[in-house]
Amino acid sequence: MELTRLFLDRIQRLNGRLNAFITVDEERSLAQALVADQRRARGDAGPLTGIPVAHKDIFCTKGMRTTCGSRMLADFASPYDAHVIERFNAAGAVLLGKTNMDEFAMGSSNETSHFGPVRNPWDAARVPGGSSGGSAAAVAARMAPAATGTDTGGSIRQPAALTGVSGLKPTYGLVSRYGMIAFASSLDQGGPIGKSAADLALLMNAMAGFDARDSTSLERSPEDYGRELNLDLAGLRIGLPKEYFAEGVDAEVLACVREAVRWFESQGAKTAEITLPNTGLAVPVYYVIAPAEASSNLSRFDGVRYGHRASGYSDLGDMYRRTRAEGFGTEVKRRILIGTYVLSHGYYDAYYLQAQKVRRLIAQDFAAAFARCDLIVGPTAPSTAFALGAKSDDPVQMYLNDIFTIPAPLAGLPGLSIPCGFDGKGLPVGLQIMGNHFAEAKMLGAAHRYQQATDWHLRVPREAPL
Amino acid sequence: MSLTPDQVQRIAHLARIAVSPEEARGVTERLNQVLGLIDQLQAVDTRGIEPMAHALDSELAVRQRLRPDAVTEPDRRADYQRVAPAVENGLYLVPKVIE
Repeated sequence: MELTRLFLDRIQRLNGRLNAFITVDEERSLAQALVADQRRARGDAGPLTGIPVAHKDIFCTKGMRTTCGSRMLADFASPYDAHVIERFNAAGAVLLGKTNMDEFAMGSSNETSHFGPVRNPWDAARVPGGSSGGSAAAVAARMAPAATGTDTGGSIRQPAALTGVSGLKPTYGLVSRYGMIAFASSLDQGGPIGKSAADLALLMNAMAGFDARDSTSLERSPEDYGRELNLDLAGLRIGLPKEYFAEGVDAEVLACVREAVRWFESQGAKTAEITLPNTGLAVPVYYVIAPAEASSNLSRFDGVRYGHRASGYSDLGDMYRRTRAEGFGTEVKRRILIGTYVLSHGYYDAYYLQAQKVRRLIAQDFAAAFARCDLIVGPTAPSTAFALGAKSDDPVQMYLNDIFTIPAPLAGLPGLSIPCGFDGKGLPVGLQIMGNHFAEAKMLGAAHRYQQATDWHLRVPREAPL
Repeated sequence: MSLTPDQVQRIAHLARIAVSPEEARGVTERLNQVLGLIDQLQAVDTRGIEPMAHALDSELAVRQRLRPDAVTEPDRRADYQRVAPAVENGLYLVPKVIE
């Protein structure tokens, strides 16, 4: 209870400025904390019993508002819990609140939220990244010790990088999508955001696991994601894709990443330049496939069964059109329109099928690379946090910010981001570590070893002093 | 290729989203920016490449699970109707479709 109170107090103190949380229910949190204390007293506690966790507002929570950052669901109280929420409940974790996010997880800056932008704890005039920007900012500002996020094209790793925290996007299929509001189902994957790789391992142990209610959930025996935290780096083969160290990436970002690479080399890791030749096509592929899937997934929001319904309309068709025009924000509507277009008669082959073929080329790039190396390392994002409003008027500039995080989910691969330094403005830089399918334990091990030798992940943001 | 505001209205109709005539110009402009980005795919030679529909449909060849064709869900109609905008006698209410 003491721990939960501590974080609830910090939320109360800081959320007015940072806007990281959409919903906080103190009574509910404290009641869960009390139950956790009783479990501890009985000697029935696990590693997460009593630990407060903030959840991205994309995970359905029974009887509690689940908005997905949208006006469409602004008053939606879910009738059931997401599988991820059930898992944290079973572990005895305390639900600290629901975090702000880009609307329906569509965005890289948290500016598309119906509930207003989240501000970066390192500089409140800048974005925290997105779409899991509320979760990342909450962990960075110590408003929560840990949080959940979802990643479709970088929505865990990019905000983790921009706010100086650690975030893992697992292999597709490890974390159940049941009760996680769908954006692009062949890409969406839940994952943890925390202060350190060791924390991510603990959170993954709770989050991951088979769930028959998600048809793409993988039937695998449970594993301890922390089993390789003391990974021996000697002889570890690290690939450095030349496309990730190219022109267009901020020089200060590259300097921090290169410094981290040198540290791995000093520990005996063997680095080699590799090539992922189709990297430049990942963003165009993504902006066909993700909107196509979104246009289908979001067709369920029609004002009939749940969510917003327009107040004035002439007939059923008019009700659908007005409800969706009012309930969705600009970026969500844009992506639904793109998706509808690329799936429409006469364009399906040229856009959608072609994108699926290029998606395979990107997956093949990774397969060839992982025949030669154990991990792939590079920058998470091409720049540090940008100013609020800087890219909100130009969708293509915004989309290109995800150039290094989009390839992994297209191939179903895991990726993580950890802090590896600061630029001249004092903004955190993220180091991305990608691995082959199911290589999470090894990736977390490499990240943990790095975090034992560095203190970037322990720095305190200036907008949220201790 | 580039869309006209009329074509955008047609797409908006398919997506069941109202786009007002005042909005149409701006929406068209932004959509054309995005189409400029994704048109890069047209130049890629993909002859002989199979489309990839599933995230793990690469090296792993994960197969989709099947379950016995039996009812697994309990009746939770009341819970689900509680969050609906308009219901009556267990039915969802919508504007009259057939006169």
